[in-house]
Amino acid sequence: MIVQIIDVVVAGLLLGGIYALISVGLSLQYGVARVLNVAHGEFMMLGALSTWALNRAYGLNPLICMAACGPIAFVIGYVLHRTLIKRLRSFSPSAAVFEGNSMLASFGLLFIIQNIASIIWGTEIKAYTFMAYPVSVLGALFAANRLVTLAFAVVIGVVFYIFLVRTRLGKAIRAAAQDPTTAGLMGVNINQVLALCFGFGALMAGLAGVLVSMSYPVHTTMGFEYTIITIVVVVLGGLGSIPGSFIGGFILGLIGSIVTKIEPGLSLAAYYLIFMLLLWIKPTGLMGK
Amino acid sequence: MNVRATTSKGLYSWGFAILVFIVLAFLPLYGSVYTMILMTAVIMYVALTVSWVMFSGPTGNISLAPAAFLGVGIYTAAVLGKTLPMPVVIVIGALASFFLALLVGALTLRLRGIYFSIFTFGLVVLIQQLILWYEVRFTHTRGRFVVVLDNTTIFYVMLAILAALLVAAYLIRQSKYGSALRSIGEDEEASAHAGVNVTVLKTIMFGVSALFMGATGAIMATKWTYIDPYIAFNPLFSFMPVLMAIFGGMGTFYGPILGAVVFAYLEELLITQFPYYYMLIFGVIMVVAIAYMPDGLVGLAQKWRKRARAENHANT
Repeated sequence: MIVQIIDVVVAGLLLGGIYALISVGLSLQYGVARVLNVAHGEFMMLGALSTWALNRAYGLNPLICMAACGPIAFVIGYVLHRTLIKRLRSFSPSAAVFEGNSMLASFGLLFIIQNIASIIWGTEIKAYTFMAYPVSVLGALFAANRLVTLAFAVVIGVVFYIFLVRTRLGKAIRAAAQDPTTAGLMGVNINQVLALCFGFGALMAGLAGVLVSMSYPVHTTMGFEYTIITIVVVVLGGLGSIPGSFIGGFILGLIGSIVTKIEPGLSLAAYYLIFMLLLWIKPTGLMGK
Repeated sequence: MNVRATTSKGLYSWGFAILVFIVLAFLPLYGSVYTMILMTAVIMYVALTVSWVMFSGPTGNISLAPAAFLGVGIYTAAVLGKTLPMPVVIVIGALASFFLALLVGALTLRLRGIYFSIFTFGLVVLIQQLILWYEVRFTHTRGRFVVVLDNTTIFYVMLAILAALLVAAYLIRQSKYGSALRSIGEDEEASAHAGVNVTVLKTIMFGVSALFMGATGAIMATKWTYIDPYIAFNPLFSFMPVLMAIFGGMGTFYGPILGAVVFAYLEELLITQFPYYYMLIFGVIMVVAIAYMPDGLVGLAQKWRKRARAENHANT
């Protein structure tokens, strides 16, 4: 009984680490750049599938893939903001119209990315093995790769948090999140900062994708489910709050793990119910202002 | 926002609309079966788009729930189609969507714009997952067969629903409720201060737009013969109306209709010509339409006309 509970709890925390990492990315894209990027999960899918392809073709270590996938995802995100999103921002008459337009445009991106990936890699489910030997955690057995995943997620989150709090660029990002117009007047190059945020968001999604591919099977339509979970986590934790993303990620990981144990067919429905209740009761989230 | 009074121009457009309906009403007599099936699909998209614009156009709240309301209609037809006559099934499907929309609207219309969009989209997947879970767990089946009707009946029913919808949409647009909805879209708080009961009006309009989507789903289900939760609650049906409305131009009454007709035909063409790239092309059109045609086809046409007129002036 005790082992079963530990099993469910630790599994939830391991899952939550991944959720947290993707959510930090979306939190930046929506909390600062005001783009509710529904294609966020697709960047993760790209990270996961390119890692799988590199591993299968050259036997490349997934941890090395992170060094390649992260920067590529960053560049794609940055360029997207500099071209498409900036254009939407310049002609939208109000912030609300911009949010609506950019969300719809990102749905278009979702279809584009997902279908290009399906044309390249096909739609069947794929997997490879990496560090799949069991490790005991408080009596419950887990694959080593899942522990590595959690460790990386936490380290990346902490590093990014320090970057936001301690550096000049981090300060500019926080200022832009609070009030983009005033930040612009204070000499912050606002288009540059927003594009960087969008790039960082894509980077996190790409890295999370590499990590996910180490311990779960991957396929080209996996992205949207993660996007949904991410939106729930971001709303749960509070927009633009990195500690909030981590707390929300772990809570949702736990809930997912418990629901999957009792009734696997209902996990997605459970996430939605939580999301709906939350929007209704406390729309600003746990750590929101 | 300029509300055009019933001028001679208005009379012309009504005359044109009636002419189109007369031509369509005799289509089964002279058109091929393929033309009729194609036209049924086009009319379905026009109905979905016009009913979406009915609520989301003036208020500016982007609803992504059309697939949910359409799906409720589809499932009503699948469950009740064998025991009840078709007109009753359509009415029940429409009412089921209407009451679902009232409930959802009452709960969510106070949410900030973007959260409302996500919430309504969540509704589609929530219902889909719940029905799927129910079918797997309790009935041990997936999907159902729907009673099939002949193409001519489906065509005429769809045409009748569209006619009722267009008249309702036009009357609401010209009435004081239409002006109240537009004032909500421009400034919700000011509108409330001016005496508009914002929440009630928005909720009821959300319900009315869902009513027509439910009716559309109930009749279109008979064309598909077999449905399951993934077919009935296909998220694409949530995006199509939004895209078609933006593609045509939301500023005018006929813009969304034009967008839906052009786009539905385009879809048919793409699916038959490039079945593997269809969704990819769809995504590209979506991004380009949003980024480069904020006022849609109608906006483009107006811009060109204005430019042509400016050149004329320069010449004289």
